[in-house]
Amino acid sequence: MATTVDVNGRALNVNSPPDTPLLWVLRDELGLTGTKYGCGVAQCGACTVLADGQPIRSCQVPISALGAAKITTIEGLGGNHPLQQAWVKLDVPQCGYCQSGQIMSACALLAANPKPDDAAITGAMDGNICRCGAYQRIRAAIKEAAAAPAAPAVSAEPAAAPAPSPAA
Amino acid sequence: MNKPFKDIVSAASRREVLVVGSALAGTSLLVGCSLPDALSAGSKVEVGAFGPFLKFSPDGTVTVISKHIEFGQGNHAGLAAIAAEELDADWTKVKVEQAAANAKLYGNVNMGGTQGTGGSSAIANSWTQLRTAGAAARAMFVSAAAAKWGVSAGEITVTNGVIAHPSGKQSGFGELVADAAKVAPPEAPKLKDPKTFTLVGTNRVRRKDSAAKSNGTARYTQDVRLPDMLVAMVAHAPKFGAKVKSFDATEAKKTAGVTAVYEIPTGVAVVANSTWAAKQGRDALKVEWDESKAETRSSAQILAEFKDLASGKTPAPDDKKKGWKGFDSKGDAAKAAGGTAAIDVTYDFPYLAHAAMEPMNCVAMVGKGPTKLIFGSQTPTLDQINTAGIVMALPGSIQIETLFAGGSFGRRANFQSDYVTECVHIAKKVGKGRPVKLVWTREDDMRAGYYRPLVHHAVRVTTDAQGFPATWKHRIVTQSIMKGAPPGSPGGGGIDFTAVEGAMGSPYLKATPIVDAQLITPDAGVPVLWWRSVGATHTAYVMEHTIDQLAKKAGKDPVEYRRALYQKAGAGRHLTVLNLAAEKAGWTTPAADGWTRGVAVHESFGSVVAQVAEVKVENGTPRVGRVVTAIDCGTAISPDQIAAQMEGGTCYGLSAALFGSITLTGGVVDQQNFDTYRVLRNSEAPTVETYIVPSTAPPSGVGEPGTPVIGPAVANALLAITGRPTLSQPFVKT
Repeated sequence: MATTVDVNGRALNVNSPPDTPLLWVLRDELGLTGTKYGCGVAQCGACTVLADGQPIRSCQVPISALGAAKITTIEGLGGNHPLQQAWVKLDVPQCGYCQSGQIMSACALLAANPKPDDAAITGAMDGNICRCGAYQRIRAAIKEAAAAPAAPAVSAEPAAAPAPSPAA
Repeated sequence: MNKPFKDIVSAASRREVLVVGSALAGTSLLVGCSLPDALSAGSKVEVGAFGPFLKFSPDGTVTVISKHIEFGQGNHAGLAAIAAEELDADWTKVKVEQAAANAKLYGNVNMGGTQGTGGSSAIANSWTQLRTAGAAARAMFVSAAAAKWGVSAGEITVTNGVIAHPSGKQSGFGELVADAAKVAPPEAPKLKDPKTFTLVGTNRVRRKDSAAKSNGTARYTQDVRLPDMLVAMVAHAPKFGAKVKSFDATEAKKTAGVTAVYEIPTGVAVVANSTWAAKQGRDALKVEWDESKAETRSSAQILAEFKDLASGKTPAPDDKKKGWKGFDSKGDAAKAAGGTAAIDVTYDFPYLAHAAMEPMNCVAMVGKGPTKLIFGSQTPTLDQINTAGIVMALPGSIQIETLFAGGSFGRRANFQSDYVTECVHIAKKVGKGRPVKLVWTREDDMRAGYYRPLVHHAVRVTTDAQGFPATWKHRIVTQSIMKGAPPGSPGGGGIDFTAVEGAMGSPYLKATPIVDAQLITPDAGVPVLWWRSVGATHTAYVMEHTIDQLAKKAGKDPVEYRRALYQKAGAGRHLTVLNLAAEKAGWTTPAADGWTRGVAVHESFGSVVAQVAEVKVENGTPRVGRVVTAIDCGTAISPDQIAAQMEGGTCYGLSAALFGSITLTGGVVDQQNFDTYRVLRNSEAPTVETYIVPSTAPPSGVGEPGTPVIGPAVANALLAITGRPTLSQPFVKT
């Protein structure tokens, strides 16, 4: 039974059972592997994507519950998003595994609060675990992105929509 | 090669365990033998004209081949920079490629020539190797240019990737690749005078993987997708040492997408065409376990038994192997037990999970052509040996494609290659070379063992008239990580170095006239392993927190007290980092309102780190603000990545000190996921400032030495705040 999901600006038919969490549909069926599995119980934030601009833990949301929600994944940010530029400028990633989720949480934060203070940043980012401990660079990169001239481009809308690669 | 290959495999296995184990533990035991030759037999890795570490493309790209996995510590950038420096390459045109598995080409100099990443040795063991490779290739390009231009090689310069002659002739590496490849490499290329370095030691050495790790394209094992690939999950026993008694796969097999169910040595594997289907199938399995040989004790009981051994309530086995073993002891032990103790305390440390963000996983293809593994291999040689024993092949013939790994912190290197062999067993059942990706859930990962061991220390110190240690009695009780290593090795018949490093060799023991220090390593059925900074995770805490208690007792300032002891012990590097950290932290001036400082210093993996942490207590929980760090790690390759490792290592150590604890009840691990295994989050993470001691010594470790210092620095601040020592971890009990 096909379900339609709107991912990075494209309406896509997927064949996974409707109770399948969005995370596994993105990764296994659509090949959008930038969104990571870390805990499966909404504790670590590695699977964070945006649904209509709001951060959700995709490991917890079955595709049947998505309705018409527009999903944005890390691939949907296009690579030159101010946050991504700041992440590279400050060499935020270490192992890098959690960073897609970190960036998506930061993206939702900046969309709602373009000039967040320290408390707003840690408040928005506490759901995203980084075992490498890149936390202080994450905080600094969010401030860097918030200060960037291109800050208005911070948006929940996909900057580009790369074609998902169907399961091989 | 006259011996049957199985003999070679097993002989290699024993020595492999010895050398890899000791090297991972931070020692550098070199075994001069043909081990890498034996282990690389069957391997087919092509080496180009510029050797195993460098490739040049006509478009000017310089590729540095890394024999080490990149799982966060920035070694890919550091390794590339070392070669690029000697080449005088244009750093923007340098890229990094992961080496294949081949012990002969890519052995770790600090691991007896077997291939592996650990013991914070990636940069240290590659330093001379990659400088030499870079210098040799540079000489080949210069010779080629001289011949082509009909000029003297001595007149040619190479600057930022441009090969030039005063006549005006110039070229990039790209245009000269074909000519340079024909030049015989110099046997002893001249290395640069470090004073002339233009890249190494500058903040131009930046990570090469930040973009890929910020846009979702960095490829991890979890992301591998191959034609016809199956996904496997395994039902594991709830207790360590239990085996499958029987299982009912009826419901599992009915699950849509499940293709097969197999019994394997570690449990029951469900194989499916998607991750979610594999999980649904695995959850539908009914398994009965044979627990006759399982560990059934609780962690509290194991700790109680450790305490009784330390106190002497339980006599130690009168056995050279199983009894007490001394280290750093000197003088009359009876005196260390007598007199009036200034400090007489015990410390407890729980089991810890590594909890890397990417749960353990592996892709294997078995049964058609050479066995191939795709995953984040920390110790390719060990993984080859352990796989070879299952698929009956030469270790060298096992191909490994190493990907980025979502952290390891030691977990991916173990003598059993536990999750790797699990995947290989399943792929062997599937056969036909069909790719199988083994996925562990967070719960599988957290409950699989290979923890930092549970540790108990008992410390009794008497002091002289000035309040400095006169006698030091020290007992350590913990499981041995190195158990099973052959006699005569540092981890075998002798003392397990990984259990005592950091106490053993401590400048405080050097400065104490009488020392009676001993270790005992009772068995338990809980698998244990190195965990970022290994022995230092507990020894640094015990030594540094004890010192602050002694300083307090003596009425001396903790920094002054340490200075005196370092002078006594001749610990110059300790003194330097201590002074640097104290100066930058403003130790002699008051901390900001509400904050209290604590200091700690520790040497591990060849580097010495001092930290001054500013701490306050909020709602009963310590909060750590500013952390000033000073490190002496020899020659600094990438100051920014050294800082990153101090930041990250500090968070990793602080997470454990504040919250980390794996406990067992009746042999069953109580924690399953991050809801019960609390880890440090962003709002709890300090801001770390890093200062690097200028040095011309060869580079030493950076990945681990930042981890063990923060715990005692915070405990020492708490001692100053509350007047009470903190004698067990984690600080925050749940």
